[in-house]
Amino acid sequence: MRVLGIAGSLRRDSHNGRLLRAAAALLPPEVEFVEFAALKSIPPFDEDDEDAPAAAVEQWRAALLEADALLFATPEYNHSIPGSLKNAVDWASRPFATAALRNKPAAVIGTSTGMFGAVWAQAELRKSLAAAGARVLDRELPIADAESAFDADGALREHDQELELGEIVAELLAEARARTAA
Amino acid sequence: MSVPVADTQTKLPVGTWKLDPTHSSASFAVKHMVVATFRGRFEHLDATLTVGENGAGQFTGTVDASSIRVKDENLQAHLGSPDFFDTERYPELKFSSKEIRRNGDELVVDGELTIKDQTHPVQARGTITDPHETLGGVVKIGVTLETVIDRTRFGLNWNAPLPKGGFALADDVKLTVELELAQDSE
Repeated sequence: MRVLGIAGSLRRDSHNGRLLRAAAALLPPEVEFVEFAALKSIPPFDEDDEDAPAAAVEQWRAALLEADALLFATPEYNHSIPGSLKNAVDWASRPFATAALRNKPAAVIGTSTGMFGAVWAQAELRKSLAAAGARVLDRELPIADAESAFDADGALREHDQELELGEIVAELLAEARARTAA
Repeated sequence: MSVPVADTQTKLPVGTWKLDPTHSSASFAVKHMVVATFRGRFEHLDATLTVGENGAGQFTGTVDASSIRVKDENLQAHLGSPDFFDTERYPELKFSSKEIRRNGDELVVDGELTIKDQTHPVQARGTITDPHETLGGVVKIGVTLETVIDRTRFGLNWNAPLPKGGFALADDVKLTVELELAQDSE
């Protein structure tokens, strides 16, 4: 089983990248974790390019199709999703009948340096993923105060948050296993 | 083969009646954008009516959820997604009767409908014909049934608010089956 992790922030030392890796550390050993780190190379969505999309789009869609489950960690820009992340979702949502996101189990978590933990961005990302046909977990994990949220090993300092992250990961894997078994 | 003799007022035709799928249909209709009625259908269905010598009837039907058909393939895919029927996880719609009553051509069937693993009682009303010998000596009956369900009770919750009020889709959906059933010769 393969989980694809996608951090919505492009920054090298992204807090959401750290959150993804904290989640990856909770995966059982038989589950492969792959991080998609090329959001920046995906051009803006343009329907005129749909028949011959850029290589980066093909790479993004292939990464989605090869994954059994998706874990998104998003920051929040102006109370919403980063544009580059929304753009990637848009590319993977069309055409609906064959979209790479269709039926794909997905979970959304997020962290921000403020006190709200990207809670609105998580809600908006869940909405967009569901509209694209993904099988989105109906829960969120807003991690506030990102700069002090992780310990030296990269795990979440708050025990309750670490437990909740583990629950989300387990639920995501259960969704993926149910789909594989069907 | 003999044509069963029936009291056409209240009795159901004795025997086991199996679906002729080519000449049968299952469809739905729902109010769309407040103003119009949108219709779709299911390509693959099965149904059996079994009536004992004592006149008691049992009607069962199944519909292959993934055989939903509408004019646009992307809309079709949306209807199959978790927003609606989630056909990957819930491949079948089922109906099983509890009680069947006939009065002349009229038929009333109380039963349980299962969609997305959620089962609720429904009452379907329609018509039934008397048996009729057709080509090749095959004896057939016709059954039509119709019911209106609240789709949100079955987990089909998708909707979108409209800018001037109202929603893209109504909650009430009319389900219709028109069935040609052949007497089982076995």
